[in-house]
Amino acid sequence: MTARTLFDKVWDAHVVHQFPEGPALLYVDLHLVHEVTSPQAFEGLRQAGRRVRRPALTVATVDHNVPTGDRAAPIADPIAARQLEALAVNAREFGLELFDLRSPQQGIVHVIGPELGLTQPGMVIVCGDSHTATHGAFGALALGIGTSEVEHVLATQSLVWSKPGTMEARVTGALAPGVTAKDVILALIGRIGTAGATGHVIEYTGEAIRALSMEERMTVCNMSIEAGARAGMIAPDETTVAYLAGRPRAPSGAAWERAVGKWRELRTDPGATYDKHIELDASEVAPQVTWGTSPGMVTPVTGRVPSPADFTTDAERRAVTRALEYMGLAPGTPLEGLPIDRVFLGSCTNARIEDLRAAARTVRGRHVATGVRAMVVPGSQQVKAQAEREGLDRVFSDAGFEWRNAGCSMCLGMNPDVLQSGERCASTSNRNFEGRQGRGGRTHLMSPPMAAAAAVAGRIVDVRRWEKEPAAP
Amino acid sequence: MMEPFVRHTGRLAALARTNVDTDQIIPKQFLKRVERTGFGPALFYDWRFRPDGTANPDFELNHPAARDSSILLVGENFGCGSSREHAVWALREYGFRAILAPSFADIFFANCCQNGLVPVRLLPQEIAELFRRHQAAGGEYQLTVDLEEQRVDDGLGFRTTFSMEPYRREMLLHGLDEIGRTLRFEDRIGAYEKSREPGNGRREGR
Repeated sequence: MTARTLFDKVWDAHVVHQFPEGPALLYVDLHLVHEVTSPQAFEGLRQAGRRVRRPALTVATVDHNVPTGDRAAPIADPIAARQLEALAVNAREFGLELFDLRSPQQGIVHVIGPELGLTQPGMVIVCGDSHTATHGAFGALALGIGTSEVEHVLATQSLVWSKPGTMEARVTGALAPGVTAKDVILALIGRIGTAGATGHVIEYTGEAIRALSMEERMTVCNMSIEAGARAGMIAPDETTVAYLAGRPRAPSGAAWERAVGKWRELRTDPGATYDKHIELDASEVAPQVTWGTSPGMVTPVTGRVPSPADFTTDAERRAVTRALEYMGLAPGTPLEGLPIDRVFLGSCTNARIEDLRAAARTVRGRHVATGVRAMVVPGSQQVKAQAEREGLDRVFSDAGFEWRNAGCSMCLGMNPDVLQSGERCASTSNRNFEGRQGRGGRTHLMSPPMAAAAAVAGRIVDVRRWEKEPAAP
Repeated sequence: MMEPFVRHTGRLAALARTNVDTDQIIPKQFLKRVERTGFGPALFYDWRFRPDGTANPDFELNHPAARDSSILLVGENFGCGSSREHAVWALREYGFRAILAPSFADIFFANCCQNGLVPVRLLPQEIAELFRRHQAAGGEYQLTVDLEEQRVDDGLGFRTTFSMEPYRREMLLHGLDEIGRTLRFEDRIGAYEKSREPGNGRREGR
């Protein structure tokens, strides 16, 4: 038998039919659904008189447009309320499980899948959301799809996909103190660009990846799409098994033993080859900060805003000129010391319990700078409850952060949490696109400890030095 | 039902920008609709309109020559970022039938093929040549995109071919319903489901 990659193994196990004209029909093990990209899909089913083929493999939640303030208050935005109601109606009509605003398990779809144990190694997982790549941290083949494909999966429990190429991103060495998984993925994107992995599935390998916790692996896989890859994967190991043990939707008893046995086979065979390859030395990665309007416009915090003249092509120079104008930055400006107005700790990239712990360690005993508005939006109500059990909500509240309910929130600003024009934000989210967090808003992506330190300092700081500074009395 | 695309001749609009993300194509505040329609007026909203709601005369699609354009010429990695199919619905509803680029983001490309918006990949130097010709003509520039022949032709000497996976090409040519197409293989889906051993860790019949 020829040596196969992790991706090949999961792909091969899910091919229902190979079309002679190119793509394959792949079976889908888990379909996650949210309110924004699903209403048109359900309407399509209704118009065609079709049903959901496997309701038990389909799970819905609300996250994108939900308010993160008081859950008892009615939703102020009637259009958002209509979209949430549409999902409730669709879930009822088609027999799907829904974690709604009243559910203690509600949260960002890519946070609740793993924490419930729905996400498992070797699965094909889809969702009408590009950050579905997150679930690849478990050795699943997980990808974002459009609404027409959502309808297709609902009706057929399968997806038509042309086999992509494979790319190995090998991360060697060990991370320095103050440097996180977020910095690794931002550095990788900075290296290969936002289209560097287009048409490919990334497998992250190397000792630096093996050393990461599941939360950190999810942060890495989550931003695969920002490198152009529809999916990113990490082979399951003891860390994966330990994370899943005892989760409510993970198998139990004899089924658990069988499942773990299968998961252990999910790794790239010696001698298997990838179509593309990149290597990064983790020990050389510094905390990263984006300076522009694309995640690839990133530099170590010790760096400076580049000049359009530093770039080789006309297209790049035009893009950088536009980005600097939008961001209100002059070439040569050091990132460190840049004053900020807002801080957002949240999103499917960085709103899991470990992210909140790391941010809380940075702010404990300190206070948000005068004039800065900072908010913490846990990734799920379960993350929120866990943080409250650990007293992290007090740490944040005492430091002057707003402590909110779970949702996507200001990562994409579909709910009332948005930046005002010209406001500069230190954000743990995944996209610094123009207007992403609010029209005219200026987003700097960074890790949770970096964003927390920025909140306290009122400017971008290097958290590696920060951790040596004593807390304010 | 998707509108079939065999060949189309139309006016070209040029957007000389790279890495145009779907947040720009359709900003988030317009994603709350539960219909597939109504997105055209919101296309490129933050670029097309100034904060006071008036048209931004500097934006490429607002140039008089770009009026009634139905083919869009763009830079590399068009449609990156969010998976929102609303971006494709907005482009279609605005009037675009084809997009020419050196490269597209994967999810956006797939979404185009589901909606009769033909994503045409050309070589970077061909895209650069089209930008030159469009500019030289003062924006008054027409093209024919022929999906059947897989050819782009301006009738003035620019002529090239492009590739399209046969499966996608057939869907676009005939406006096929992909779900209907897949359901022809329903017995195979059923057989696959049966072949999976029970209790193998997958969540079944909760």
